[in-house]
Amino acid sequence: MPSIFAKQFKERSTKLSADLQHRFWIQKSLKGYEKNREEKRNRFQNWEAARQSAAETKWEAVNHLDQYLIEFTDKIGARGTKLFWASTAREAREYILNLAQEKNARTIIKSKTMTSEEIHLNEALAGAGYEVIESDLGEFIVQLRREVPYHLVFPAMHLTRGEISHLFHEKLGSAETDSPEELTMIVRRKMRAQYCKADIGISGANFAIAETGMISITENEGNARLTTALPKVHVALLGIEKVLPKLNDLALFLPMLATAGAGQQITAYNSFIGGPRQSDEVDGPEEFHIVLLDNRRTELLADPEQRDALHCIRCGACLNVCPIFRNVGGQSYGTTYQGPIGSVITPHLRGLQDWKHLSSASSLCGACTEVCPVKIDLHHHLLHNRRNAAALESGRWERRAFRVFAFLVNRQALFSGVTMICRFFQSFHRLISGTKADPLRAWTATREVPMIAPQSFREYWKSRQK
Amino acid sequence: MSQREEIIGRIREALRLVAQSPGHRDAPDKNRPIGASPRDWLPSVPSDSESQIEAFARCSADLKTRFIQVNSLAEASAQVNKIGRAEGWNLVASHRAPILEEALSNIGLPVLYIENTNADPERADVGITGCDALVAQTGSILLTARSAGGRALSVLPPHHLVIARESQVIADLPAAFELLREIYGDNFPSFMTLITGPSRTGDIERIVVLGAHGPKTLTVILVKNH
Repeated sequence: MPSIFAKQFKERSTKLSADLQHRFWIQKSLKGYEKNREEKRNRFQNWEAARQSAAETKWEAVNHLDQYLIEFTDKIGARGTKLFWASTAREAREYILNLAQEKNARTIIKSKTMTSEEIHLNEALAGAGYEVIESDLGEFIVQLRREVPYHLVFPAMHLTRGEISHLFHEKLGSAETDSPEELTMIVRRKMRAQYCKADIGISGANFAIAETGMISITENEGNARLTTALPKVHVALLGIEKVLPKLNDLALFLPMLATAGAGQQITAYNSFIGGPRQSDEVDGPEEFHIVLLDNRRTELLADPEQRDALHCIRCGACLNVCPIFRNVGGQSYGTTYQGPIGSVITPHLRGLQDWKHLSSASSLCGACTEVCPVKIDLHHHLLHNRRNAAALESGRWERRAFRVFAFLVNRQALFSGVTMICRFFQSFHRLISGTKADPLRAWTATREVPMIAPQSFREYWKSRQK
Repeated sequence: MSQREEIIGRIREALRLVAQSPGHRDAPDKNRPIGASPRDWLPSVPSDSESQIEAFARCSADLKTRFIQVNSLAEASAQVNKIGRAEGWNLVASHRAPILEEALSNIGLPVLYIENTNADPERADVGITGCDALVAQTGSILLTARSAGGRALSVLPPHHLVIARESQVIADLPAAFELLREIYGDNFPSFMTLITGPSRTGDIERIVVLGAHGPKTLTVILVKNH
């Protein structure tokens, strides 16, 4: 029986993939990215060697994760950072909720963090009565629409300026405009007041440097810098897999993340934070908390075949090239992480039985594996998940069907006979193909059944021999 | 057992099985890194300082960073005044640093020093800071809480103006991280950042808009022979 998530995915993706306007829009917005990515990638002296090197660095970090995590937490802890290790999403949420209560917080400002989407932090904080504001423009837009991000890097890429203007008009009372610049300035003005007012700033992190005990945050807008500079308390939420061994590793990872993710040579702000405000500094938060989240990452780690999925730097490159993502859209998945990487890791993070359908949401074209800057074997992992899911099923009907097929193809005369009968009936089937009367409708509603050749190869060969 | 021990325990348990090395599906040695340093595959950078400044200027033009080269601190000061008049500044925010002292000596505008208690750079029209280095490879400015007056000064005002010395131009990103080590040893500031161009966003229809949350304008004044 397909899970409720599988049903939802099927419903949403069926609807959206038939929406030609949506498809056109997504292709259009990814065009500029493709051009820029090509151009920036060509500036590398050797992009393929850079990928291999990045993959090896991540392999080293993930396969010695215990060592590097201890080094990272010892170093950053020694500089006055408070650390919390969370095994589950609930523990992470509760820690942050308790902290907010302890600090008598009212307003909490956030910069973009997919990990907080993963643990449903906003809902928990809002439910407890705190005002939670996403400061990243795209995240703010989807928050206003009460939607989940469409794409892990470009959360609002599915919306037109008209829709955004309308949204702002309705929710913020701003005048309608069709200028992206004006729309951006509306949010800039709104956020300015919030940074100073907020009691707590919550961020994610792109990397955690073991050697020097720092987190690294990559962003273009400057909202993460403000979120981590102005409020009195800064909380960074990060998955345990974010560790890199050396500070110098960033020299490779920062340009690779920017190139693969957004077609930029390097992102506008790459900030390294190694503690709260120090005694000789003029500003910065008084308290800095790091929440390290497991949330079943150790289960993925325990699968050596798919362990490299933890190399992911969340650049989103695999989404951008994925023919499935580009047709069904990011919100159809119902997952925190969309696209190929989401389809690979969600069954590990949320259970194979419920999410195995995502392994089939793939054409196995391998475009994702080809672009991944850290060489995750994405399309093979989708196959691994299919295999693992098949082992869970009894598969009785499938096995029977194949037994019948094997029986037929091994008996030549019978096979030709059945083929002839099918050929005869197929000419009638064409009349009802895809209609409600069609027993094969599940297949034919959106596809064509190929016609059986009027002459089989065997028949053709025979006629030639004469 | 503490949470930390629990998670570390799970990690150790998980790592008992060995994973295949990355790229194992590729043809043998096809894409092996050829050198010992990322310098061999990152975008190339010229080695002489004159060309590095040119490279920085090219990146700046691409990113819409205003890049101005002057021959003395006095000239830098004149440039600051000129930009201030053109933009109609009323209040300048800055921090205490030798290179900024002369550049701001005859600015004729009130200067808010971030070291003063309760200084709020939000009200200023410009934040003027020093930096640790300019990276030719990417057109980035490397600065820290110590070299640039804390965390907010370089991001809160609508215009960020950096004054740098020619000797601060470095080749590439690996050099930037080596430099941080050289300057700070193990005692790093709590905040360090690489700034590349003005604040920007592409969240609406993937159209680039400058000044999303941080500075809309970024100016770098490079003082040559200094």
